[in-house]
Amino acid sequence: MNDLKESIKIKKSTKKGHYINLPTSKDKVEMGLLKIATAGSVDDGKSTLIGRILYDTKSLTTDKLEAIEKTSKQKGYDYLDFSLATDGLVAEREQGITIDVAHIYFSTKTKSYIIADTPGHIEYTRNMVTGASTSQAAIILIDARKGVIEQTNRHFFINNLLRIKEVIVAINKMDLVDFSEEKYNAIKADFQELMSKRDYQDQKITFIPVSALKGDNVVNKSNHTPWYQGQTLLEHLEIIDNQDIYNRGTPRFPIQYIIRPKTNEFHDYRGYAGKVYGGELNVGDEIVVLPSQTKSKIKEIYFYDKKYQTASRRSSVTITLEDNINISRGDMIVKVNDLPTINKQFTATVSWMDSKKLFIGEKYVLQHGVNKVLAKVDTIHHVINPDYSGINPDVNGLGINDIASVTFKLNKPIFYDVFKNHRTNGSFILIDMQSNNTVGVGFIQ
Amino acid sequence: MEKNTSHINPLENEAIYIIREVAAQFEKPVLLFSGGKDSITLVRLAQKAFYPAKIPFPLMHIDTGHNFPETIEFRDRLVKELDLELIVRNVQDSIDEGKVKEESGKYASRNALQTTTLLDAIAEFKFDACIGGARRDEEKARAKERIFSVRDDFGQWDEKNQRPELFDMLNGQIELGQNVRVFPISNWTELDVWSYIEKEDIEIPSIYFAHKRQIFLRDGLIWSVKDGIVYRDESEEILEKVVRFRTVGDMSCTAAVFSEASDVATVVKEIRVSTISERGARIDDKRSEAAMEKRKQQGYF
Repeated sequence: MNDLKESIKIKKSTKKGHYINLPTSKDKVEMGLLKIATAGSVDDGKSTLIGRILYDTKSLTTDKLEAIEKTSKQKGYDYLDFSLATDGLVAEREQGITIDVAHIYFSTKTKSYIIADTPGHIEYTRNMVTGASTSQAAIILIDARKGVIEQTNRHFFINNLLRIKEVIVAINKMDLVDFSEEKYNAIKADFQELMSKRDYQDQKITFIPVSALKGDNVVNKSNHTPWYQGQTLLEHLEIIDNQDIYNRGTPRFPIQYIIRPKTNEFHDYRGYAGKVYGGELNVGDEIVVLPSQTKSKIKEIYFYDKKYQTASRRSSVTITLEDNINISRGDMIVKVNDLPTINKQFTATVSWMDSKKLFIGEKYVLQHGVNKVLAKVDTIHHVINPDYSGINPDVNGLGINDIASVTFKLNKPIFYDVFKNHRTNGSFILIDMQSNNTVGVGFIQ
Repeated sequence: MEKNTSHINPLENEAIYIIREVAAQFEKPVLLFSGGKDSITLVRLAQKAFYPAKIPFPLMHIDTGHNFPETIEFRDRLVKELDLELIVRNVQDSIDEGKVKEESGKYASRNALQTTTLLDAIAEFKFDACIGGARRDEEKARAKERIFSVRDDFGQWDEKNQRPELFDMLNGQIELGQNVRVFPISNWTELDVWSYIEKEDIEIPSIYFAHKRQIFLRDGLIWSVKDGIVYRDESEEILEKVVRFRTVGDMSCTAAVFSEASDVATVVKEIRVSTISERGARIDDKRSEAAMEKRKQQGYF
């Protein structure tokens, strides 16, 4: 926690009260946490890989380790079944597969990690999209015996669609192919062919030959791969620079909640609470409130009871303005020269997540950040095969796990950026009006 | 292995965002307060979320009657000092009304009985969102819990039909009768919480620190001596030892650890090198491999 204290600099201000800089992206506070999504097909050894990382970083506690040893023995294995460390639900233990997103936590001297363990089989694409949406890095597992399969295409497609900046391709079960360099290179070449088809070319991709079961090149360097000069999986994760792992854009401040204390001390106080996305906001910035298009200036930035000069990306602050403006939840504060698109109609890539199909003419609640509007499906242009095999223009509604290009019409305009420029302000979820379930996610084109 | 805590700031910002979403999306939220360190941390985060306004929802404690007296004393003082609204509902009342039956025998605990009292209180006040301090690192089934977790009329958790949570967007739309359990510190680890308590200088109940206590040993765990609440065989010898609690539940289901750690800084150091998980000291979790998942399906927190 000292990092936070050290990073706070007192800045002189001409105004009353003192201002402090909220930690900026250059400071250490954001460098410490890395969220990783994992993807692999059934039996590619994903849970084993995660268990192996936990074991080799000594993150498994004695009681958990004892439970793994006990169960492995009961099952008659002559090795430790690390997958037991992550497979949480009873059904999973019975079927021996992972069926939902699990979160696993561990840390090293340099970083804290959250791994979103997402299932790999086709019917659970929605969980993969979900895990990837909150991650900054991804591990794609490939079984060295099987090589690049249709599932691999899907895993890569989804990580690319969600614009995950760092992808690690872990070619696993190298022990079962005699740690063959030729095999490794052949799989790498196959994967590189996929890379040429991707939409998001800036994605950084790293190949590592591993054996999760035996521990080769996961945390410790393998003796079996003298031909591989690169880093182990953990070594690579350790050097990923969190400074540029979050996609950057222009600052967007969606209003979450209006704070009106109405106490004697804060009688006329009107604070706008929210999280800053894309860039930073500063006291004195000239801003526009959307949708009213009213202009004002940022008067104060509060984080709890302290005033700050700068609100950095991803900080949950409260802002006051120079002028008394009528603002409500769902409105957005942006800088004067950095307006988003304001529109009642747009086209998005949609990932459908519900067994009830999406059809032309259907209405949904569209939640864009904290803002909710009604959306009507205007056109379904085509379904995108999520394995780089092209598109299918002959569409009659979207089923679960379909990915498609869809145009929506809204009852009110929203203030958005395209997804490739702004991950947060370019995405939305669709909510079914009967079930209230989250039935789809969209990435604005 | 040394653990860094430099990421605590993103976690704090995430928690504040979640708490504000609750206040904005629901009509009658409540913060479930146990008197333990996680719910005390939630209170601090809620203060930060709404400053300079007051926390716009009450706290609720489901009192089993088996709490450590230090926890109750602390709870009442905190509520008074911070001028918070506190609702208390008692498991004893549910027992007296014949809604639940007291467990008997060597491992008797009121932990599971809380669920009925909680569900009744949710119905009584028509709470539509209950904020809790559960963390995903605590237990395997909790690792799969969403931040906004929808419960049906019976308070049940349908783990196979959870809403996907994408980016920062939290969908709190529910039908009448349903409610949402909200976990703002889902992504925090035990060490994150302790580091936060240290940095923020948050006061917590004294039982978290080393103190002399009458205890007895059973199944390799350290039990508190408390006649009428914690069952003890005559053959189980009473010892006086210096212990502390790592997690605080009922006296009948929380085991102590031998420790000399008498302040937060020392506790943080102790946890950094610990090889036992926090819930290793929860007697209720030891019942079976799937103990937590079963309780959650029944509406347990």
